Amino acid sequence: MTEKIETDELLLSYATGGLDEAMSLVIASHLTLSPESRARVAEYEALGGAMIEDIEPVEVSQGALDSVLAQLDDDDDAPEAAKPAETAASDGHSLPAPLRRYIGPDIEKLRWKRLMPGVREAEFAIDGGARARLMRIESGVAVPKHSHRGREATLVLEGAYSDATGLYDRGKLQLADAALDHQPAATGEEACLCLVVTDAPIRLTGKLGRLLNPLIKYQ
Amino acid sequence: MKKGKFEVIRFPGARVDPVMEQAVEVQSGSTTAQRRYRPPRLAAKRKMDFDGRMAGSHPGEAKAPSDELADLMARVAENRDRAAFAELFDHFAPRLKAYLLRLGAESGAAEELTQEAMIMVWRKAATFDPAQAGVSTWVFRIARNKRIDALRREKRPELDPEDPALVPESPEEADRAVERNQSEDRLRAALKTLPEEQAEVVRLAYFEDLAHGAVAEATGLPLGTVKSRLRLAMARLRSAMQEIAEDD
Repeated sequence: MTEKIETDELLLSYATGGLDEAMSLVIASHLTLSPESRARVAEYEALGGAMIEDIEPVEVSQGALDSVLAQLDDDDDAPEAAKPAETAASDGHSLPAPLRRYIGPDIEKLRWKRLMPGVREAEFAIDGGARARLMRIESGVAVPKHSHRGREATLVLEGAYSDATGLYDRGKLQLADAALDHQPAATGEEACLCLVVTDAPIRLTGKLGRLLNPLIKYQ
Repeated sequence: MKKGKFEVIRFPGARVDPVMEQAVEVQSGSTTAQRRYRPPRLAAKRKMDFDGRMAGSHPGEAKAPSDELADLMARVAENRDRAAFAELFDHFAPRLKAYLLRLGAESGAAEELTQEAMIMVWRKAATFDPAQAGVSTWVFRIARNKRIDALRREKRPELDPEDPALVPESPEEADRAVERNQSEDRLRAALKTLPEEQAEVVRLAYFEDLAHGAVAEATGLPLGTVKSRLRLAMARLRSAMQEIAEDD
């Protein structure tokens, strides 16, 4: 259940505007796929509205209203017209729009790297100290057992994986820190595609994994 | 700010944004505006409504404050009504300025961002949907986003309601959302039922823009205590909302 509590904390931080870019990407993508979490964020934003109502107001400068009125345009919503079609996908994957803005219309065009048979990943640029990547685990394949040096957020985009803590399918978010040592395995018939954001390199903990550690560089 | 952490963005201190600095210079004449101030009209009326029972709960009574704001929004959206916009400005601008100051903005920057947010209210008025959110909630979102944009000029990943990949809610959930979002007044009433120690951590979470860890530092409380108080506060708000809804 702590998983749910931690997710909830992130949803609150998203609503208050306190998340960095990488975590905002994870949460915005999660919200696209999770109506429950959207409802939760709507609740937190409504609370923000109530807090604004109850705040002790501070006088704005004289002439502020006039200055704003002078800047209003009458030609309705022209400036806020539809967004560019940058989110139109050409790869057949139904992925959240906030993520599309980073990875583009075709995920096959990303620079995929094979980590081991059945596991590929493609890193993409994001601001701040965090690292973001897509990870694709073929059906039935298990990722080597590993723990985490920092925090890691994994959002399932397609397919599903399971580890000792449970089953994660489309839209589910798993948060891991140094305490979690797990071996996720893709389940079901299709490959599992995930968005993974890490703020420190993962650490392989299995026997073979320890030997591979020096080779794994998210640096 | 430590590299590699999921860092919390903040106005003062570590990261100084050139845009903000500029804004401060431009507005440096008006830095004494922090005295207490009550905006005219709506605020006074609202107070009266809230001293008694919830306004709008009996037929024939004055409209609930949130309905009044929604009416003004409708006039702005449908008629491009500048007088209605001016009323919204009188109501929200001093609140948004207070909000931005609480988050650590310099006075001039807070003023500038407030004005930009209000211009956004005008421009986006047509996208306001009273079935989706209350006016205050909608304006809160605009101010929050304005502030994030001013802080980091890179991308601000945000949910897109028009996203073809969006997984829709069930009809029951959608109904509940309407119920919830039309109840800004109830939420405010529920907020007043929180014990002070819980109200304090909620205020910090929204207004001091601190990660929960930093809230713990600010309050001198252990992180676990801050987190459990926040959880208790949210649970209490939910049940208070429910009771108020049933009373209505």
